[in-house]
Amino acid sequence: MMTTFFRKAPVVLLVSTLALAACSQGGFRGDGGFGADGAGAAGAGGVSDPTSPAYFNQVVGDRVLFAVDQSTLSPEAQTILAGQADWMIANPEFTALIEGHADEQGTREYNLALGARRAAAVQEYLISRGVPGTRLRTISYGKERPIEICSTEACYSQNRRSVTVISAGLGA
Amino acid sequence: MLTRRNFIGSSSLLLASTALPHIGLAQDGPLRLEITEGVIEPLPFALPNFIGGSDAAADITRVIAADLRGTGLFRQIPQDAYISQVTSFNAEVSYPDWQAINAQALITGEVEERGDGNIAVRFRLFDVFSQAPLGEGLQFVGPADSWRRMAHNVADQVYSRITGETGYFDTRVAFIHEEGPKNARLKRLAIMDYDGANVQYLTDSRSLVLAPRFSPEGDRLLYTSYESGFPQVYIMDVASVQRRPLEAIPGGNMTFSPRFTPSGQTVVLSLEQGGNSDIYGVDLATGTRSQLTGSPAIETAPSFSPDGSQIVFESDRTGGQQIYVMPAGGGEGRRISTGAGRYGTPVWSPRGDYIAFTYQADGRFHIGVMRTDGSEQRLLTSSFLDEGPTWAPNGRVIMFTRETPGDDGAPAVYSVDISGRNLQRVATPGMASDPAWGPLQS
Repeated sequence: MMTTFFRKAPVVLLVSTLALAACSQGGFRGDGGFGADGAGAAGAGGVSDPTSPAYFNQVVGDRVLFAVDQSTLSPEAQTILAGQADWMIANPEFTALIEGHADEQGTREYNLALGARRAAAVQEYLISRGVPGTRLRTISYGKERPIEICSTEACYSQNRRSVTVISAGLGA
Repeated sequence: MLTRRNFIGSSSLLLASTALPHIGLAQDGPLRLEITEGVIEPLPFALPNFIGGSDAAADITRVIAADLRGTGLFRQIPQDAYISQVTSFNAEVSYPDWQAINAQALITGEVEERGDGNIAVRFRLFDVFSQAPLGEGLQFVGPADSWRRMAHNVADQVYSRITGETGYFDTRVAFIHEEGPKNARLKRLAIMDYDGANVQYLTDSRSLVLAPRFSPEGDRLLYTSYESGFPQVYIMDVASVQRRPLEAIPGGNMTFSPRFTPSGQTVVLSLEQGGNSDIYGVDLATGTRSQLTGSPAIETAPSFSPDGSQIVFESDRTGGQQIYVMPAGGGEGRRISTGAGRYGTPVWSPRGDYIAFTYQADGRFHIGVMRTDGSEQRLLTSSFLDEGPTWAPNGRVIMFTRETPGDDGAPAVYSVDISGRNLQRVATPGMASDPAWGPLQS
């Protein structure tokens, strides 16, 4: 029922187009994708709608954090990713682009490789939980897209992340 | 004697240099400055305004002076201290007048505006205390709008005659121009003269671009772009700004960290598959790809020795980033970096004598150099974030990115010489990062 609604509702389609366009321009909106502002918080498509991207982003959790120079998944990260996998299995019309990010404390090229490692770790975990690999793609932004901009561990810890950006009905 | 050179660059017209007849007396004991030891006391030089009276003459004099001063090896004696006035390019030099103000080198010149849109720039260099010319007088002819290049040519000649090293002023630097706040940065590929003049933008800000690298001839650039939505290595012809992805990469696999081989026929780069980055070679003519490393570690930042026989690269196979050298055909490699901390972005000097690198320890970043066997490590800089060294074509100066910390942190391009002296910020028109120093154009 809701799946059909999503495929047809022009508002949601418009939002997903915007998010896509932003991604292709370097991912300014890629971080979080639909985001809290993507669709109304209330009603269908809102955060209270368990099939909505807003629900995925805010309730399931679209991101996991990593230790310095690591790509291993903490128990907390695995819990979030298990929720992501369950959600994706329940909402098969969505695909995901997994962004890997690093903090600024590293050289540019190494951080690109590190971001790729983190995204791949998330991808592998989602696949191990039953999400078809054909619905998942990865991208690394290295240290190019921090969300927090201070130069202390408080910010670095938020920037060492992967973000699962979901899109409706688009081939991976 | 007649020397002619072809200048390949932004101008399609020919610049020619011609030797001029000697004047003055030849004597023994020429002026000589050794760079490798690090120069404590800069050599004082006198540079009267080039004769000609035009704006070009004054501008050319100013650029020559800036080039020489900028090396940290030379000190300009102010013109108001001069006793002699140089009113004719071919007049005899009054050496005692220049000795009296302690000028060790004297540079004289003139600029002639020709009717055909070209200018001729002539100069002579004198060793004041030997009372003799140092090398022949030279004339450069070229389009009036290439006056900066002609000034750099004069300065390169002066630098080369006094130091015995090849100059590096008539060069260009590719870099990334940056705009906007730290969490929404826009980046553009750009190119400039080594001194920050003549900035040209080669891409718009729609796609994230990173880390350009020059071809050995300076006619092409490699860089990483998110233009397709995913990071991929592109190759661009600098003159036409035509670009293409280096190869068709299967979806989702990232390519990055490219560099030309010394022949310019092959590119080495990192290819990421399933989270693992390895180094590959890609033949530009055939598109054939060959794998050079194969460990489950991150292997990236390859750079060739100038003879093309070896590749230096970084790997975290032992847990942290370290520097390794392997044969050009690939292999395990042997580790050359030692000590605590992380070593990345190794770059082989064009002279073959040193490897520059980024060193990270205790929350600080450094640019350093080491011998190609890892010995004689020296850190040249220290800051919150220094990274990504690139060599001047003579292997005596390094540019790199320095980024300041915090919410308003911003990158800039700096240069330093290999003795660690003469740290300077390069005058870019805004935030700038990832410099790549091109070859000498002449």
